[in-house]
Amino acid sequence: MTRLSPEVPAGTDPIIVIKGLDKTYASGFRALKPIDLEIRRGEIFALLGPNGAGKTTLISIVCGIVNPGSGSISVDGQDVVRDFRATRSRIGLVPQELTTDAFETVWNTVSFSRGLFGLPPKPEHIEQVLKDLSLWDKRNNRILTLSGGMKRRVMIAKALSHEPRVLFLDEPTAGVDVELRRDMWNLVRRLRDNGVTIILTTHYIEEAEEMADRVGVINKGELILVEETATLMHKLGKKALTLQLHQPLATIPTSLSDYHLALSADGTELTYTYDTQAERTGITTLLGELSGAGIRFRDLSTKQNTLEEIFVDLVRSR
Amino acid sequence: MNWHAIRAIYRFEMSRTRRTLMQSIASPVLSTSLYFVVFGSAIGSRITSVDGVPYGAFIIPGLIMLSLLTQSVSNASFGIYFPKFTGTIYEIHSAPISFVEIVCGYVGAAATKSVIVGVIILATARLFVDYHIAHPLLMTSFLLLTAITFSLFGFIIGIWADNFEKLQVIPLLVITPLTFLGGSFYSIHMLPPLWQKITLLNPVVYLVSGFRWSFYDLADVSVGISLAAIAGFLVACLLAIGWIFRTGYKLRS
Repeated sequence: MTRLSPEVPAGTDPIIVIKGLDKTYASGFRALKPIDLEIRRGEIFALLGPNGAGKTTLISIVCGIVNPGSGSISVDGQDVVRDFRATRSRIGLVPQELTTDAFETVWNTVSFSRGLFGLPPKPEHIEQVLKDLSLWDKRNNRILTLSGGMKRRVMIAKALSHEPRVLFLDEPTAGVDVELRRDMWNLVRRLRDNGVTIILTTHYIEEAEEMADRVGVINKGELILVEETATLMHKLGKKALTLQLHQPLATIPTSLSDYHLALSADGTELTYTYDTQAERTGITTLLGELSGAGIRFRDLSTKQNTLEEIFVDLVRSR
Repeated sequence: MNWHAIRAIYRFEMSRTRRTLMQSIASPVLSTSLYFVVFGSAIGSRITSVDGVPYGAFIIPGLIMLSLLTQSVSNASFGIYFPKFTGTIYEIHSAPISFVEIVCGYVGAAATKSVIVGVIILATARLFVDYHIAHPLLMTSFLLLTAITFSLFGFIIGIWADNFEKLQVIPLLVITPLTFLGGSFYSIHMLPPLWQKITLLNPVVYLVSGFRWSFYDLADVSVGISLAAIAGFLVACLLAIGWIFRTGYKLRS
């Protein structure tokens, strides 16, 4: 984040193109079934999936840590196997595990990463990265003396040391405190504003919902869907209509059983879940029937399903 | 070539040496000094000379070889094993570097360290005995070639090992016995005829013999054979490393 350039909107021009990528480990475990995916230049892409879904395998293959099975991957038009020098120098990776050189200082380990990626020393860039990550005061500390959160920052600093155009964050906020999580998301936004493409996996789905331009859902090695976050919310979004009743109800009248209503424990709230995409939401008839049954309500509210709920539904339905 | 990467790995490894100065430099120097005191002075005073060379001076090339072999193997094996153990190897895999550059960085640093140790031992020996070097250029070549070859060998062990025990087993159970039995402290002509033949199966014999020749013009086997033996082992190690990186053996799944 040396200089902030005007915001680059996420274009449709792909920076990463994955075609028919398949991976079976030597143990016989099939981690990925043929996957096709395009990541657009400058977007924040969230990859969601339960543990063991294949998220890390997918990232690791693009970054060169795991050998691809069949299929092809290109970054900026270059093949990740044939032109590995060109593709890897454009990519920064923050892995899930906190793996650091315990006995090195922060400054040395970040400078090491820059050299490893083939760039000449540039102390002013390292300084900027460390300052952006609130690590400047710790630059001469050995890594083993740092807290877990600080180590996570060091790993991000290492990934940014060579000014990558694509940044992979594998579960960056797992086990991270609120402050660091906020800092991290601010950093991700600033990077995106500088034109860096960001691909992240996370279990904090509400953050993907808030951060990501697009979401890909992966389960058992299969990419179930890729959608604009807003479209996904709209398309799969269910809404809940909650009615606050004047008089508590003991049971839901059988005449309303078609609506699958839920009654709160104290009998004062009725909840109706409906599909926003359905031709008829059923709200008008429900309200009519409630009135016919003599049930009156004081207030009503609606709530959109979170991505988390959508996600759980999607995975369960496979 | 990604020179910046080679330099980064080399410097990283050398700074590890500086952090562990006692273990890396002081301990081999101390143990070698003890050999001089025990074998050179105490026992050596009873043995006047071997093939015309005072016993204290006779054992210098063997002692340097002993340190050079064990240091090269342990430095290089630990250098590549440790990132595998801690997981930091991910960065090496994700970096735009080829296996040639990885090997240059790690093996270069390990060989440098063991050459430093060898030179320090050579200087330390001066405190105990007088010696001369008949062929300084060849002596240096032997020193470098052995350090590089056995650092390559150590690198292979570091990749093969998946626990600390495996890491130690080759240096302890193979390298050390072979060095002791390889004529470091004696001329193989002092052995019974049958053992003279058997001992020729020990590759370290060729290293020690060639190295001693560069000091005193004194060899158990001819220098050409010594050089050929070490060159052969170097090629074998290079081929093995080439295969490891091509197949991703124990490195990439």
